[in-house]
Amino acid sequence: MNISTVLTKRSVVGGLVILILLIIFITLPLYAPAYTVILLTAIFMYIVLTVSWALFSGPTGYMSLAPAAFFGVGIYTAAILGMKLPLIVVIVCGGFFSFFLALLVGALTLRLRGIYFAIFTFGLVMLIAYLLLFWELHVTGTRGRFVIAVGHNTVYYIMYGNLVILLIVAVFVRRSKFGLALRSIGENEDAAAHTGVNVTLVKIVTFAISAFFIGTAGAVMATRWTYIDPFIAFNPLFSFMPVLMAIFGGTGQLWGPIIGAAIFAYLEEFLITRFPYYYMLIFGIILVIAILYMPKGLVGLIQKWRKGGGVV
Amino acid sequence: MIMKIVDVLICGLLLGGIYALIAVGLSLQYGVARVLNISHGELIMLGAFGTWSLYTFFDINPLISLVICGPVLFLAGFALHKTLFKSLLKSSGSIGAFEGSSLLACFGLLFIIQNIAITSWGADIKGYSYLSVPVNLGGAIFAANRLVTLAFAVGIGITFYLFLARTRLGKAIRAAAQDPAAAGLMGVNINHVLALCFGFGALMAGFAGVLLSMCYPVKATMGLEYTIIAIIVVVLGGLGSIPGSFIGGFILGIIGSIVSYIEPSLSLAAYYIIFILLLLVKPTGIMGK
Repeated sequence: MNISTVLTKRSVVGGLVILILLIIFITLPLYAPAYTVILLTAIFMYIVLTVSWALFSGPTGYMSLAPAAFFGVGIYTAAILGMKLPLIVVIVCGGFFSFFLALLVGALTLRLRGIYFAIFTFGLVMLIAYLLLFWELHVTGTRGRFVIAVGHNTVYYIMYGNLVILLIVAVFVRRSKFGLALRSIGENEDAAAHTGVNVTLVKIVTFAISAFFIGTAGAVMATRWTYIDPFIAFNPLFSFMPVLMAIFGGTGQLWGPIIGAAIFAYLEEFLITRFPYYYMLIFGIILVIAILYMPKGLVGLIQKWRKGGGVV
Repeated sequence: MIMKIVDVLICGLLLGGIYALIAVGLSLQYGVARVLNISHGELIMLGAFGTWSLYTFFDINPLISLVICGPVLFLAGFALHKTLFKSLLKSSGSIGAFEGSSLLACFGLLFIIQNIAITSWGADIKGYSYLSVPVNLGGAIFAANRLVTLAFAVGIGITFYLFLARTRLGKAIRAAAQDPAAAGLMGVNINHVLALCFGFGALMAGFAGVLLSMCYPVKATMGLEYTIIAIIVVVLGGLGSIPGSFIGGFILGIIGSIVSYIEPSLSLAAYYIIFILLLLVKPTGIMGK
């Protein structure tokens, strides 16, 4: 058996599995209980956040803690425009506002390397939250806003569509020259620049694309929460969760962040309902253990297992 | 008017002393051990809660708590580095990878410590009153505990500076900060020195927590705010420089007290703006190379 037949066989099976999953998820609201639909929406949201994060931070190695900022921008867009424009327009707007914020932030800060970039992006989240709070307390004189509510099936379908488009973009980025340029930046930025990669442009564009999908996810989720305020919208947890989920899954493969996010989103739901007071504690313990014992995530673990012929 | 300005400035200096002390600890942990300890504020919170508990339940003077909480946290920090961060250092290929994974591990520690504190002390604000007698300082009135806090912060800072500059261990620490590999070759037990540094960082956090609890209310979620202030001060003053931390701390304290005087809800936002501008203009800080 030569390599090409193995590849085609694998890709046919893979394609079939993807097709079946697509159909299952499309028809799901027809027969599944509402709880499943809501849970799946949350899982899809985390997958969107995690895959978007890994789209930029995975190959380049720049650890962005900005997802919460882009997510919050999406949420606030939905809150401000939600009453005036049709839902789809609002969501696309949420994506674009995040996109432009990321362009601006990227142009300013992607010169910073290593840990400074992580701190800066985290500072950004808190800065926006505090400024918004100040604005609400002193200018509009209110705290928090109501968001127009939408049926959970609609939310599910939009989040699902968002996820599918993101995955198509992610596959395209991975397989294109663009993705190669990104990985070369992660390997050695100076060398990449010398071989003719427009380092700044590639970084900023990818950062902005990843922000777009986080923003749309925020705009969709806002319609489910109905009431928001600056510290709900710009909750730093939405920065840490995608990082943790992606690292837990492993950023070496596209399915790593997907699996990581799916497992963690379900775990979160499970822990919150059963141990509401110890949820964050357990979460922290899992985080430390995951970093200690699986530095390359589930992907690394599985690859090691395959190579080692069943011995981990 | 002049009275007001002096008032605000002294207030800023009092605040700055604490900021500096917090920053010295973080600077040591990141500058030498390369761990950006985002759970630094949590150690401060533990110091503060420890002092509060000792004062409320056992009637122990907060200044005596300094020599109780400080060493306990030192041991905790030392043990943390000997176990968690040492094995992370071993498993990560480059120093960059170690910085990333240790940052994430610190986030994990943050969640763990904070939630243990919430379950054991509750989520509400605690406080006690110690040395809150008014002192007249050139016409401006301050509580005595804030002056004591500033004196102790400066005293601890100077002691630690002398320790680093004059002792053999201090020399080893400075060598490890400059070039860990070369220091190792020169016979410095590098793992031990890094663990000691992490422990000293925790010790500073503990001291800062004890001093803070004398003047400010204590609550389980107070940590992150102080961590962020410490990061800003470290970047402002220059990484790994103790005088830099003190200069940065006093600058930030004065700015904070001016902004709070004008509009209290904007002081944290002002810190972030300074931080962002600083990273863009001079990321190495005032005393940085």
